[in-house]
Amino acid sequence: MSKTVFPPSINSRPVYGELEARPGSGHLMIADAEGAEAILDLAKATDKDFWAKAHVIYIPKNTGTKYSSQLEKLGAGQYYAGPSYEAAQSRIRRALQDCHMGTQVYLTGTESLMGQAMAEATAAGIPHTAIQTEHRGSTARRMQCVHCKGITEDVTTDPFECSHCGLSLFVRDHYSRRLAAFQGVRVDAEDPGNIPKKVELFK
Amino acid sequence: MTIQFNDETFYGDFTFKNSDWAIKRFPFPFHEDSYMYSVNMEPHKSYRPGSVFERTFDVDEHYVAEMKDRARVLANDPLRCQSLPHMTLAGWDLVELIMEAKAAEYPDLFELHKDGNRWRWVNKPLGIDDTFTFLDESTLPYGPMEYITRQTQGDFAVLDQRDDNLWMDAGMVTTQADWSLDFDIGMNFFEWHAPVPKANEMGIFVRALKFLLNIQQGQPARRLNWTMTVNPLLDTSPENYHKWGTMKQGLTMENIGEKQHLRVELQTFFRLPRSNALVFPIRCYLIRFEDLVTVPKWARRLHRVIRDLPEELATYKGFIDNRPLMVEYLSQFDDGSPTSDGIWADD
Repeated sequence: MSKTVFPPSINSRPVYGELEARPGSGHLMIADAEGAEAILDLAKATDKDFWAKAHVIYIPKNTGTKYSSQLEKLGAGQYYAGPSYEAAQSRIRRALQDCHMGTQVYLTGTESLMGQAMAEATAAGIPHTAIQTEHRGSTARRMQCVHCKGITEDVTTDPFECSHCGLSLFVRDHYSRRLAAFQGVRVDAEDPGNIPKKVELFK
Repeated sequence: MTIQFNDETFYGDFTFKNSDWAIKRFPFPFHEDSYMYSVNMEPHKSYRPGSVFERTFDVDEHYVAEMKDRARVLANDPLRCQSLPHMTLAGWDLVELIMEAKAAEYPDLFELHKDGNRWRWVNKPLGIDDTFTFLDESTLPYGPMEYITRQTQGDFAVLDQRDDNLWMDAGMVTTQADWSLDFDIGMNFFEWHAPVPKANEMGIFVRALKFLLNIQQGQPARRLNWTMTVNPLLDTSPENYHKWGTMKQGLTMENIGEKQHLRVELQTFFRLPRSNALVFPIRCYLIRFEDLVTVPKWARRLHRVIRDLPEELATYKGFIDNRPLMVEYLSQFDDGSPTSDGIWADD
């Protein structure tokens, strides 16, 4: 699966690039699922020294062991595979805290992973010029319910049910980098019960 | 001047009402018989005594009731007021701006006594008499922005300026036209305006930002914006949209004059001296259709504007479904005669 091409959208919606190995005092790579492919692609143009200074944090999600053994073989100074973003979060925070001036940060995989890790990296004071992103894999969205504020992960349909309050929400393109989430708004607010059929918009 | 403050509500039984004085000074936003986006900025200078443009921060008969409504909304949802940590100084700048302006322009309602950094603030309509140390947060019951904006009508967005952009890094937002501070906080100028249709393609935001980045101290600017609201509901927030959305249903020719309100925002922009932030007060004025049509020029013009508004705008402003009824109601007051230029009623 190659890099995702998204349709044109509004100004708050993030855009992603393509990872490239850059010179740096260290390399922190945070990826989930098919994001592994972007790291493996990047690895084609790197040498052993590059990986000695690398820390790879990988969350396979539903890809099982498809990529993890290949990633491990890259020979990163530190390699970690975790079961979920939440489980990896404290490690991610610590890794960001330990970054020295000149460390390059690479984020790849789903928007949810990149968005959350980006917010952490920004909060840790990493300059945005030292952070690269590349989208790979699922286009499912991380959504915030504007009413109850709960986050629903991996949303693939519009409308969808908020996993916290149960309201049917429509999926907006409006995106908050602070929350790393798109906004969901009750679809039948003006006419309760009149809920349009779900359409699978994201895979 | 003495203002008789109304005892009224902006939710539940909706007893909000404009006096004849308030109707006459309503900031009607259309200077011609059609509407399209523009960067309609002008200097925020004192203009037309008695109008909402006369004073730096207009205080009217709704002041006390609006502040009660704000306290109610904040009790239900404290996230309507937020300030990122680097914005505290801008909050103090705002305290100074508002207190000095109100004390100077409404001496019978507000007093500010300074003894060095020891300030005494008297707000007679709200029964407040506080003494505090300027720039010392521990001497106020709230953060500085929250303290003063609990006493000032209108929403407030406090914008940090850096990287040639403006960042929505603090705000008090309880009377908004359907946008969420909690979601938008931290966004830059282009991001928080992203959902607005058409204006981006028209280059409106690039030009508006250029203008705003160059606002100087002591040279505030203003513009009017507008939308429509059913019932005099100040808190038309996305957070509560699932509670107020249904109010848009059930309009009839019999009740539309009373229930449908034109909602006008007087937006002003001030450069703040210590923080170099920009404060963007967004003051909401409501008027029910049946009061608005008592001014013949406004009735004719509003009919034409609403009738001819591009569909995208009517959709974005949330009244596309009710537009046919609005047009039918307003057409009764439009005899087709010409209207004079400008926003003011004919004498």
